[in-house]
Amino acid sequence: MFKKLAVSSAALAAMIGSPALAQDIAVKLGVLNDRSGVYADLSGEGSVVAARMAVEDFKAADKGIAVEIISADHQNKPDIGSNIARQWYDVDGVNAILDVPTSSVALAVGDITAEKNGVMINSGAGSTSLTREQCRPTTVHWTYDTAALATGTGAAMTNAGGKKWFFLTADYAFGHSLEENTSRVVEENGGEVVGQVNVPFPAQDFSSFLLQAQGSGADVIGLANAGGDTVNAIKQASEFGITQAGQKLAALLFFVTDVHALGAQTAQGLSLTEAFYWDQNDETRAWSKRFMDTHGAQPTMVQAGVYSGTMAYLAAVEAVGSADDGKAVSAKMKEMEFDDPLFGTVTVRGDGRAIHDMYLFEVKTPDQSENEWDLYNQISSISGEEAFLPMLEECDFTKQ
Amino acid sequence: MAMAEKTSDAAPQAQAVGMPALHKVIFGVLLAGLIVLPFFVYPVFAMKVMCFALFAAAFNLLLGFGGLLSFGHAAYFGGASYISAHAAKVWGLTPELSVLCGAAAAGVLGLVIGSLAIRRQGIYFAMVTLAFAQMVYFVALQAEFTGGEDGIQSVPRGDLFGLIPLADNMALYFFVLAVTFGGILLLYRIVHSPFGQVLKAIRENEPRAISLGYDVNRYKLIVFTLSAVMSGVAGATKAQVFQLASLTDVHWSMSGEVVLMTLLGGMGTVFGPLVGAGIIVTMQNYLATFGAWVTVIQGVIFVVGVLMFREGIIGVLARWFKRSL
Repeated sequence: MFKKLAVSSAALAAMIGSPALAQDIAVKLGVLNDRSGVYADLSGEGSVVAARMAVEDFKAADKGIAVEIISADHQNKPDIGSNIARQWYDVDGVNAILDVPTSSVALAVGDITAEKNGVMINSGAGSTSLTREQCRPTTVHWTYDTAALATGTGAAMTNAGGKKWFFLTADYAFGHSLEENTSRVVEENGGEVVGQVNVPFPAQDFSSFLLQAQGSGADVIGLANAGGDTVNAIKQASEFGITQAGQKLAALLFFVTDVHALGAQTAQGLSLTEAFYWDQNDETRAWSKRFMDTHGAQPTMVQAGVYSGTMAYLAAVEAVGSADDGKAVSAKMKEMEFDDPLFGTVTVRGDGRAIHDMYLFEVKTPDQSENEWDLYNQISSISGEEAFLPMLEECDFTKQ
Repeated sequence: MAMAEKTSDAAPQAQAVGMPALHKVIFGVLLAGLIVLPFFVYPVFAMKVMCFALFAAAFNLLLGFGGLLSFGHAAYFGGASYISAHAAKVWGLTPELSVLCGAAAAGVLGLVIGSLAIRRQGIYFAMVTLAFAQMVYFVALQAEFTGGEDGIQSVPRGDLFGLIPLADNMALYFFVLAVTFGGILLLYRIVHSPFGQVLKAIRENEPRAISLGYDVNRYKLIVFTLSAVMSGVAGATKAQVFQLASLTDVHWSMSGEVVLMTLLGGMGTVFGPLVGAGIIVTMQNYLATFGAWVTVIQGVIFVVGVLMFREGIIGVLARWFKRSL
């Protein structure tokens, strides 16, 4: 508190001292995401809209911060993403890069950001490596990671009585790590894994795997896959009437836009974890309405995370007094505590992991759903400490 | 193969020995342009263009001069980029050795796949190469050392010959320039050697080449392997530039992209693939801000290319000027 007071009084003194008060700090933000491929709906232009709303709500102009936002499509290719990121830092003078879905691109951009002393506030990617194996002092991982989704869904569903689990695992590194993370949590919470089957990636036909899962006597069928695979699995599970027959279906990496695309009829009864849902409380509803008016769709947690992360970044820039030194700004973010209408209270750990609550949702039945975006019932909330993996000692940049 | 015949009409006076004056001038201008280029455009982008130019030129050796349409060249390009990234990151090799490792791996891969694929012709040949490329893709997805969908990241740039640090973009640029320009000259030399003449003979009329006593399959296998090696050099160099190797490079769409570059620029021409690569890579980068429009524009350009100038940009120019380009 004293520190804050000291900082603000110093800032005040500086303000009184300098006549050029307005537009003292120039900040350039680059929103780098997928604008044409599979993640375009959950990030894409919506993330740019969210970043603009954050600048507006932060009242940056009144605080003497001139913010410019640019955006580009990395087409989910790490070479294109890393080329754009380098060029943004070297030529265009970008201070921070936002969003960056697709883990391979995010990891590449994280490296470049550290090299060029910018800040990457990642909202779109799920890889835990961003704050673990490939942690960097200038990376802030805002919205979610695959471990948090797995933990959230695994713990909450096991505690709610889903003791016996069966996994359909996409047969590659990502699928296996998702399964491993989830089964660890399930077992910690007193559940058991009764079986698992590796599904070739990518897969069209899940019928034999679903029959195996159905016959296993499991309470919960965990879908350790992503994207099109998860969609296919859910569609076929719906044809088999799996959720109606009493077994639960848990998606371990799934977004509201996917559920919206499937519709309540197909996705009903599906459990999943997200960091944000538009219909949680009055504040999220009010914000989402504004978002909807501009963008024409409800916000995803990734887009909400871009908003929340941008607000936090700007607050840190204001506190530091400049956006030029990415390391200083990200270090400041790790000292501060943020509070915004979408994510509530957020702190950033030494490794760059943002800590906030996660929520377990269940998709409504068509009878409960009043309109096309009325999709979730909130089942429980999971505290940030519980949801995210513990920090690795060597990644704690506040101690280095 | 009607297209192949057409382009050969445009290049009637291809010479077997020595480089025609016109080509010398073009290569000279190209080299001079590339030396000053990094002072005007962003060097990393220019390096990417050069890597893809070499890739397309290597592909063109097989398609344009060997008459073999491979739909699996991403396997050599991407395979080499993984090996070179692994060599630089895990084995700690210098950049030039890493590139050589990648190229050697691509060569072995090309030799094995090629020896099986050349037993079939036309669409079957394309399908066999695609099938093998998909196998390489799945190895890259599953194998331990490739890092699955994250790829191999943070590859150190290292010191050239253990002496010259390449961390600086400019230093790296001239390394990449030397590798790719040297590679393209080597391809040029191969095409215009007696070996290249035999290749063209096989492309034009295989039964006649057989009746003249040429061991056609041996020639096909050699050109396939050479093309794989040079694609490997391109992919391995790209891994050094971007400090990463990822699934993008082994994905089948990469095999498609190189076909697009070669056809757009001009199949069977010397400079066509370079122009095609330049155009496609520039579009992907500079149109990135247009979001979804990139793929639309790319598609429109391809459709226009196919409808208006089937010989490709350089092929059309060659016809106009009645010169082989």
